Amino acid sequence: MARRYDSSTTTFSPEGRLHQVEYAIEAINNAGTSVGILAKDGVVMASEKKVTSGLLAPARTSEKTYKLCPHATCTVAGLTADANILIDQARLRAGRYAYQYQEPIPIENLVEHVCNYKQAYTQYGGLRPFGVAFLFAGYDIHHGFQLYQSDPSGNYSGWKATVIGANNQAGKSLLKTEYGSSSSSGDEMKTDENPAKDETEMPTTVEALRLAVKVLNKTMDGAAASPDKLELFAMTLDEDGNCVHKILNAKEVEAVIAEVESETATAGDS
Amino acid sequence: MDTVFGVSYKGGVVIATDQVNARSILMYQQNLDKIAELSSHSAMGVSGPNCDLVNFSEYISKNLALYELSNDGMKLSTHAQANFCRGELAKALRKGPFQVNVILGGYDENVPNGGSLYIMDYLGSCHKVNYGAQGYASNFTLSIMDRDWEEGMNEEQAVKIVEHCIRELNMRFLLNQSNFIIKVVDKDGVRTVKADSDPSDN
Repeated sequence: MARRYDSSTTTFSPEGRLHQVEYAIEAINNAGTSVGILAKDGVVMASEKKVTSGLLAPARTSEKTYKLCPHATCTVAGLTADANILIDQARLRAGRYAYQYQEPIPIENLVEHVCNYKQAYTQYGGLRPFGVAFLFAGYDIHHGFQLYQSDPSGNYSGWKATVIGANNQAGKSLLKTEYGSSSSSGDEMKTDENPAKDETEMPTTVEALRLAVKVLNKTMDGAAASPDKLELFAMTLDEDGNCVHKILNAKEVEAVIAEVESETATAGDS
Repeated sequence: MDTVFGVSYKGGVVIATDQVNARSILMYQQNLDKIAELSSHSAMGVSGPNCDLVNFSEYISKNLALYELSNDGMKLSTHAQANFCRGELAKALRKGPFQVNVILGGYDENVPNGGSLYIMDYLGSCHKVNYGAQGYASNFTLSIMDRDWEEGMNEEQAVKIVEHCIRELNMRFLLNQSNFIIKVVDKDGVRTVKADSDPSDN
């Protein structure tokens, strides 16, 4: 029955829904998972690379992680071709802001601009929405390190940790229990005399990378984690206060995977 | 013919302008306020024909207000405001220029001396300065400021320099500008230190 109201993006259904937008969001649930985690000293984003063919020429650029400006990077889940358009928009906006104000763009400002661009495709012109969800990681002096998620509807929100793409619900539930409890306090039992701290303690970037790999292990459904399936990204500040964007190389990824493996192996040992 | 000049000190800036509004042989008013308050912690002294003076200062200050509303109260730094202002002058230059010369000053917590002063002209040049003057007044005041200005001055010393400049103009400048308005921008915001003639007096 709702089929009648499915085709046009710019038409509400009788139940007050925009089906095309919802379908676009569905499309992303088939895409490679991406997890983002806010840390004390940075932001971490880990993505699943969907290996399609051994015949593919080795990529020089990433299919998941994109730098938007000196102090912001995003990861993509969904239609890469759609993502490229939006990433261009984001880069343009960041550059134009820097030209106008001679200052780096505040991250929320950048995210909102991309999202407003996406929203237009849900209201005007009869064009389909973008089939992309983003995780934006950035730093500005107003709010420090930040992590945002956005979807095809043009909605965005700030997160301490979140997951997009395939199996994101499983990833999110793992984050709910594991984010904020450092491995040292994780052994204590939560009893009435010893309630869990109300304030979740932020992990360090190093801890966050490990947690991100843990999440991907869960969402990738038991497939063995390896550097050619995972892309790990970390944003931190150097001693001069400039942003460092780092995509970990194969050796570093191996090291994190190994640490996570040994942690899970010894978990539960008293 | 407008006198616009400013002095920065440790903790803020002082901006002073004359209050004359005249054209040809006619004096329209003697109590014009030529220092536009841009945001809570910045102000801009503007010189030029009254139409552009008012139009430009309102255009800039309202756009800056819009930024704060659109960005959840986030304030633009003085540096960003000055560059925005300069950008607008540059954009308009090859279309319909704003014939204004500007001294923009503001206070920011995270800036070493707190106060920062920018001098801009109608062609879109912009430069950060310790002190500056626009128009004929520069011929009389710059040498005084060159001599008297010191790093690390306080507000009282800065205002004294401004008053020294005003005395000099009253003595040597051909045009009679009897009324001046002096505003200070510091951590507490923008406030009028002295207005020889009340701008709200109609």
